[in-house]
Amino acid sequence: MTEAVEGWPVTRASVLRTALSVGVATGAYGVSFGALGVAGGLSVVQTCAMSVLLFTGGSQFALIGVLGGGGSPVSGTASAVLLGVRNVVYGASLAGMLRLHGLRRLVGAQLVIDESTAVALGAEPNGERASRLGFWATGLAVFVLWNLATLVGALAGSVIGDTAALGLDAAAPAAFLALLWPRLNSRPTWLTALTAALVAVLAVPFVPAGVPVLIAALVPAIAVMARRRTA
Amino acid sequence: MTTWGAILATAAGCYLLKLAGLSVPQRVLEHPVMARMSDLLPVALLAALAAVQTFSTGDSLVLDARVAGMAVAVVALLLRAPFLVVVGAAAATAALLRLIN
Repeated sequence: MTEAVEGWPVTRASVLRTALSVGVATGAYGVSFGALGVAGGLSVVQTCAMSVLLFTGGSQFALIGVLGGGGSPVSGTASAVLLGVRNVVYGASLAGMLRLHGLRRLVGAQLVIDESTAVALGAEPNGERASRLGFWATGLAVFVLWNLATLVGALAGSVIGDTAALGLDAAAPAAFLALLWPRLNSRPTWLTALTAALVAVLAVPFVPAGVPVLIAALVPAIAVMARRRTA
Repeated sequence: MTTWGAILATAAGCYLLKLAGLSVPQRVLEHPVMARMSDLLPVALLAALAAVQTFSTGDSLVLDARVAGMAVAVVALLLRAPFLVVVGAAAATAALLRLIN
């Protein structure tokens, strides 16, 4: 991330570059989602409708996982919506900097996802303007590329579904780490990051995909409460 | 419930959750506890996302080429490499390891 002293044009270019690269990396997953949707028995239209209407990867993969695995639509819906609960946490952490009202809030809400939140929060040290640009640019870039990629994947089937061969599954966590890095500037932030990472990884085998991140979101809450009690 | 029913119900549920988060009142956000939380919450979320996407597939813990990719990303970050280089180096490392194996 660029320092604020370098001025808005530099910051803007840096935020847009980040947004686009996150969009390309994430969009690539859309190919595997499209392929998996069709492989799981959904039509091309149903698969594409999920990427437009749900637009939250974890929930989408969860729903096709349950439907494709022969599970009931009700349990598929329940687990997919449960995974979407983390977007409440994301939305709440974005609300103060975005301050959206009316139609903008209704449109912006659909773009509240892992990636737009991560880029917006990552751009926070450069000011609210950079954060807002990060949110909208990343949300729109991911929306367009995710949906195009879903269509490509659904049409092409399982032929080009292997994004792992390109290392794209390593690109996403590296992007999150790069966004986290500048925030690790004190003992409490390091402790929070390491504890949250450990808690989330340890939770993985015991709860459905997507929930570990939710549990890790409780780490700062517990830390703040504990400090309040001892203070 | 049909497949379309499940898709539409999930879409409605997921959208309302996103909207609920954005609609948390400002005075709740300005509460001192929330203010301190808002510093640490992004740190926790980013760290958890990075860790989960490095060490897991679905609901099982996995050690694969992604870990090497992340190690290279850490080195790149220590060398103050720009964002795209960090991400590209991680992907290239994972792809190369898989090609060799």
